[in-house]
Amino acid sequence: MKVKLRNPDRVMEIEGPLPVSDLLGRLDIIPEAVLVIRNGTLLLRGESLADDDEVEVRPVLSGGI
Amino acid sequence: MVRTHVKCKVCRGPAAVEVRRHNAAFCPEHFRAHFRSQVARAIHEFRMFEPCDRLLVAVSGGKDSLALWDVLLDLGYDTAGFYLGLGIGSYSDRSRDACISFADTRGAKLIVRSLSQEHGYTVPQLARLSGRVPCSGCGLNKRYEFNRAALEEGYGVLVTGHNLDDEVATLFGNVLHWNTDMLGRQAPVLEERVIGSETALVRKVKPLVRLAERETAAYAVLRGIDYIVEECPLVEGNTQHRYKEAITLIEESSPGTKQQMYFGFLKRAAHLFTEESEAVELVACSSCGAPTIVTQGRDPQCSFCKMKARTERARAEKEGAEGGKEGGGGKDEGGGGMA
Repeated sequence: MKVKLRNPDRVMEIEGPLPVSDLLGRLDIIPEAVLVIRNGTLLLRGESLADDDEVEVRPVLSGGI
Repeated sequence: MVRTHVKCKVCRGPAAVEVRRHNAAFCPEHFRAHFRSQVARAIHEFRMFEPCDRLLVAVSGGKDSLALWDVLLDLGYDTAGFYLGLGIGSYSDRSRDACISFADTRGAKLIVRSLSQEHGYTVPQLARLSGRVPCSGCGLNKRYEFNRAALEEGYGVLVTGHNLDDEVATLFGNVLHWNTDMLGRQAPVLEERVIGSETALVRKVKPLVRLAERETAAYAVLRGIDYIVEECPLVEGNTQHRYKEAITLIEESSPGTKQQMYFGFLKRAAHLFTEESEAVELVACSSCGAPTIVTQGRDPQCSFCKMKARTERARAEKEGAEGGKEGGGGKDEGGGGMA
């Protein structure tokens, strides 16, 4: 699947199927620190991703205040 | 496409957002309702403002401030947005455009000013000329300009998008370094301060303190708010960000930690530090009239004016070294454009 990452923007290819939580684990990302979005829909960490999915892993922690 | 069996706490339909510290999940409709109710609860619980108050919402183009403004508009409050251009290249341009687009689609008033227009410098220039860390100079300028805009434009309350993660990260840093004066000022509401009979600092409030950063991002996505996802290019390595990452790692394994830390502090410890903070007497800055504190009987000058004077001296020295070439204009013209 195509996984879009942010800051900086980049795309990775990850083999599916696998659950959202496994994807984040493989990317070494804390689930609480991101949203995972597929076709504009928010995904829960237990949801499955297919090999042909395109998802965005969007960080939610901002630096400045 | 496989969905999980996690159900909305309210309607038992498929959930879209989990809020682990509440041991709850919500469908899009009921998450939006949950989010709004948490904002309304914070406003009520901390007596932030009344329906008759005029609110100036500091907006950056990011998820928190735009989500907050969206809810305040939805709840029927009298608001205007205030965007301060920081001059951080195209990042600032995109941030401003996100605010303008948001305001336009909702028919809301947005006041736009910029540091270059008001003071003749940008945040990157300020960092180079003053020797301050960019985030430090940026924060000082924002606090100053937000308050000035509220006073000049007649808004009695300044509303910021600080969320639970922001507050916990700040608290964490203040405890790590035992900044007791800062601990005394860390509250969801900072009351108005007066000098003589004049308002010097408008009331500042943080209606998102009951909501984590992940929730504000989820709300913005579900509401279709086109916020700036990219991070400020100057923020890399920022201490606040490192604190947030550390705390989020703990939150991941122990949901509720952030909330317990912050609200536990407010309930059990904040009062121990507030007396020290409230005892500080404010006087008017001799340069701009903004509030500041007296130090050793010297001419009182606020941090902003000191920083600005240092910046102008550094610029003059630099220009002198380069042959006295004329520098950029626009200093201290005041006013500011409206959009």
